[in-house]
Amino acid sequence: MSSLMEFKEVDVHYGPIQALKKVSLSVNEGEIVTLIGANGAGKSTLLMSIFGQPRISSGEIIYRGEDISKKSSHYVASHGLAQSPEGRRIFPGMTVEENLLMGTIPIGMDHAEEDMRKMFDLFPRLEERRNQRASTMSGGEQQMLAIARALMSRPKLLLLDEPSLGLAPIIVKQIFEILKDVASTGMTIFLVEQNANHALKLADRGYVMVNGEIRMSGTGDELLVNPEVREAYLGGH
Amino acid sequence: MSQAVVSINYKKSVIDAVIAGLLALIVFGPIVGIVLDGYDFNAEPERLMWIVLTVMAGRLAASVFFQTSKGAAFLYKHSSKDEGVHVLLPGHKSKLRWIIPLTIVIALLVPFIASKYILTVVILGLIYVLLGLGLNIVVGLAGLLDLGFVGFYAIGAYGLALGYEHLGLGFWSMLPIAAIIAAIFGAILGFPVLRMHGDYLAIVTLGFGEIIRLVLTNWTELTQGPNGMNAPLPTFFGMEFKRRASEGHVPFHEFFGIPYSSAYKYIFIYLVLLLVVLGVLYVKKRLTKMPIGRAWEALREDEIACRSLGLNHVLVKLSAFMIGASTGGLAGVFFATYQGFVNPSSFTFFESALILAIVVLGGMGSTLGVVIAAFVLTVAPELLREFADYRVLAFGMLMVLMMIWKPRGLVRMTRTGVEQREGNVK
Ligand SMILES: Nc1ncnc2c1ncn2[C@@H]1O[C@H](COP(=O)(O)OP(=O)(O)OP(=O)(O)O)[C@@H](O)[C@H]1O
Ligand SMILES: [Mg+2]
Repeated sequence: MSSLMEFKEVDVHYGPIQALKKVSLSVNEGEIVTLIGANGAGKSTLLMSIFGQPRISSGEIIYRGEDISKKSSHYVASHGLAQSPEGRRIFPGMTVEENLLMGTIPIGMDHAEEDMRKMFDLFPRLEERRNQRASTMSGGEQQMLAIARALMSRPKLLLLDEPSLGLAPIIVKQIFEILKDVASTGMTIFLVEQNANHALKLADRGYVMVNGEIRMSGTGDELLVNPEVREAYLGGH
Repeated sequence: MSQAVVSINYKKSVIDAVIAGLLALIVFGPIVGIVLDGYDFNAEPERLMWIVLTVMAGRLAASVFFQTSKGAAFLYKHSSKDEGVHVLLPGHKSKLRWIIPLTIVIALLVPFIASKYILTVVILGLIYVLLGLGLNIVVGLAGLLDLGFVGFYAIGAYGLALGYEHLGLGFWSMLPIAAIIAAIFGAILGFPVLRMHGDYLAIVTLGFGEIIRLVLTNWTELTQGPNGMNAPLPTFFGMEFKRRASEGHVPFHEFFGIPYSSAYKYIFIYLVLLLVVLGVLYVKKRLTKMPIGRAWEALREDEIACRSLGLNHVLVKLSAFMIGASTGGLAGVFFATYQGFVNPSSFTFFESALILAIVVLGGMGSTLGVVIAAFVLTVAPELLREFADYRVLAFGMLMVLMMIWKPRGLVRMTRTGVEQREGNVK
């Protein structure tokens, strides 16, 4: 297995605040890797720094052998990286189909039809609502739309920021089922989550972030039974 | 709704009326209550009292009415909570299908049936349609609040005058050149404001509009400052619309052997302008269906989402500024040729405000709304000359009423959903 994306000693500063401290991690081709951590640990910062916002202050982000930390977000998005950002951020005034089309921006419209068909197979709920304005959809449907929109750029690596945010347990379960389906197509997934239970069960490997540092790493199963992780993220059960 | 007996709270109504009366006193007191007489002031309490009493009576009546069940129903009907873009089903056939060709035919007939005066008013209306369409791309579609749009209008108008004066270029060469120059200025304005939003953007663009006007006023060697400059008329295949043509040209009327009339030039300007407006409408319609149009809307809706999608926001914002600016430049060229003369006082902030009012009143992003609003705001004041004193008052009242009852503008922005393609089996 070769590493698809790798963080090498990455620092990120917001003015005087250091949000990421010498973060190193790697995601291999075909893996599901999760990053868990409490509020404010720096998970979203890490994900957004891949797209150059914020820019990292030192270190390297290697993607397929190339340092992308100084590239534009357009470059990154058009080279096989896509993300579903924190809080979903779908376009509220656009319909489901239009939102999906926005996802094709990095690669152009050539495969739009075919890919939209695939998305509707993956998320039948979206097909029912294809002409509905996105703002009128439920939180779960919006999350599905955000994931589908990211997939529309045919990514090699799918980045997800808290897809379970603010959703009922049953919906979270559905979303994770779908992620499993997506992964079974060979997609590499990097999943940022607070819902450690679901995330670690799905993931091949995981990292635990505390205050901008990677505190622990291991396979999903190892972390699930790790007493420290259980105490901090799984309610001690 | 429950069938509960509607009780009217008269005390609340009286309080409403008193508050309205106090507000009226504050608003009208200095305007109506005090009259400037030479260097003296005369108090006119009686006039003021009547106005305040009228306002109070009106507020009392309205307050009582809105508490009855009929009034409540009326309020409910007109309080649109539904916001945002109205998306039509794909394949929706607009009712306007028949109206568009009909309007074009009528528009083509206008110059031959209307008087010269009406024609000049309609030309002005069309110029504002162009301005409204240009600003609509920037404000309505891309969501970038631009308060200095008049700058591009001035650049277009002065472009024609300067090109004629210094380079000997006529209307037809300057029309595209002025549009390009305005677009370049749009980019110049666009670059520094790429990272700005809302209030900050508004202030910087406001400054831009003023800078253009001040440069035109003060660079007297180039622009003759406040004295203004002459602008040429368009020519018809090299023929001029003057009574006596300049060296080497044939006047239009002599060539066709018809008596001279000053109306010909307006008819010609009108027809060219109409073509340009139709062209801009068409281009705009195409653009909104293309990826760039959707990118503008996406940028307005959620900039962070756009970045996470790798949308090149520099390109998207600049293109909105540039296309909007070039449309403003085109309007400027027509304004200059129509007036035959330009001077900086035509390009004050009030013009920017008026154009913005057209966009807001018309319904952000709505093309049809902008066309209607442009005519309402420019043609109506001309036709109601007798009431000229009350123009600004009426304008203000119209805006307030519109914002209460139709906060989304006259015509809601509508967009047909993406078409269902073949292969997308249901
Ligand atoms: N734009 C910003 N400017 C300044 N500080 C920021 C900014 N964005 C994030 N931070 C700070 O960086 C730290 C990490 O934030 P981040 O959003 O990455 O956390 P997170 O792990 O995603 O948290 P959550 O689980 O709540 O989403 C926090 O202390 C936060 O206050
Ligand atoms: Mg976060």
